[in-house]
Amino acid sequence: MRPKIEIRSVSKTFATRGGPVPVLDDLSFEVADGEFVAVIGPSGCGKSTLLGVLAGFERPDRGEVRVDGEPVREPGRKGMFIFQQPSLFPWLDLEQNLVFGLNGESAEARRALVAHYIALVGLDGFERAFPNQLSGGMQQRAELARALMVKPEILYLDEPFGALDALTRLRMRVELLRILSRERHTVLLVTHDVEEALHLADRVLVLSPRPARIQHVVEVTLPRPRALSDPLLIELKAGLLRELGVDERAGECS
Amino acid sequence: MWSGRLAWIPLLGPVALLVAIWHVAVALSGSPIFPTPWQVAVGLGDLARRGLLLKHVVASLFRVTCGYLLAAALAIPIGMLMGWFATAHAFLNPLVQGLRPISPIAWIPLAILWFGVGDLSPIFLIFLSSFFPMVVGTAAGVMTIDRKYLRAARNFEYRGFRLFRSVILPAALPQIVTGMRIGLGVAWLVVVAAEMIAVNSGLGYLIIDSRNAGNRYDLVVAGMLTIGVVGFLLDALMRGLERLDEVRWRYEA
Repeated sequence: MRPKIEIRSVSKTFATRGGPVPVLDDLSFEVADGEFVAVIGPSGCGKSTLLGVLAGFERPDRGEVRVDGEPVREPGRKGMFIFQQPSLFPWLDLEQNLVFGLNGESAEARRALVAHYIALVGLDGFERAFPNQLSGGMQQRAELARALMVKPEILYLDEPFGALDALTRLRMRVELLRILSRERHTVLLVTHDVEEALHLADRVLVLSPRPARIQHVVEVTLPRPRALSDPLLIELKAGLLRELGVDERAGECS
Repeated sequence: MWSGRLAWIPLLGPVALLVAIWHVAVALSGSPIFPTPWQVAVGLGDLARRGLLLKHVVASLFRVTCGYLLAAALAIPIGMLMGWFATAHAFLNPLVQGLRPISPIAWIPLAILWFGVGDLSPIFLIFLSSFFPMVVGTAAGVMTIDRKYLRAARNFEYRGFRLFRSVILPAALPQIVTGMRIGLGVAWLVVVAAEMIAVNSGLGYLIIDSRNAGNRYDLVVAGMLTIGVVGFLLDALMRGLERLDEVRWRYEA
């Protein structure tokens, strides 16, 4: 079967005042349809740039990205991007935000979609609320709902829970798994949280420091839902941390 | 603590104090020309009874409305172009920044040369005075749109007019409204000066005419008070705009 996403020899260099800085160096990998791939790496390694290139927000200098065999040139509704800062439109209430991406659906269809996704992310009763009246976690759930409204095939998540407190972050992970178990998506997650990657993904790619190359790949075969206390998960976590150059016993934790 | 039944104290207290000081000062100095508050009140009543007050207020408001709407109709689109297109900004901003510091008052001789004595001259001056705050406010509003909103809109495949109407305009609206509020304030300041030169109606004319025709300083001060009250009401109107849901989000974030 053809992979959903193909990344072929992608390189990217940023021009800075101090001269060119290579960020991505000849990256190639594939993502299967319905697969959940997490990308981790040291901060500043270019993992966010990689996700921006995959989603079409940035052009690679060399190489190409294909989705369903078609080269990606522009961001589009097929692949929705969610990043750390919620981007709900503050001048629209929650319901108006949710229908923002719809095109020509009937009023009835819109209402049904809004009701479905508001219930799915657990925001019933907040239809008329404006984004600044919602907590950070609620905003990020609304952001997810707005993206899901357009039935994207791919979700690009750039540290989506990074701005939330630890407890909310954990809750959001469980929510995301629950939502993904109902609606099939191909997911690419960029994170610096090793545990988050192992908790969610089928496969974890570890990037090297800049310029980013794939340094290591971990397949996570544990069935979901996964307990964070599972010995296999703890073992994988220790291995990944070592791969990232962190020794847990030295008291440093991700 | 100054709310509810006590709200009138900070509002009227200082006014009452000022009026009292004013009265005592005039009485003590024995000035034959400078009016007491009571004389001004009588003058105001007199103007109102003869229909002159309304006539002059309407004349001033008419000129402000014409000049201001004309300025808004040009300044907002131009400001949006400057905010969105770097080239438009590069070419127009030096012009705007160079003309902006010239007081509209300095344009009076040219206004009379080009538009003669009549309504057109003050309208032109009001146009000039409110054009620049609105251009600058609109351009800044568009330029400072948070990139994350444009990014999200791109992801939803919004382009062209749809992007403009659904994202750029609402995102810039709070600063456009602020520019409009400043523009109207300046327009109201300038109309008085413009009316002192070029026309024979309006509050500015009332003031200068009352002085020239027999040193009627009671009517001069009555005109000044009217300018203050109308200006306050105009600003209250614009502050009402800032409280709309479409605008308020920017101040509550």
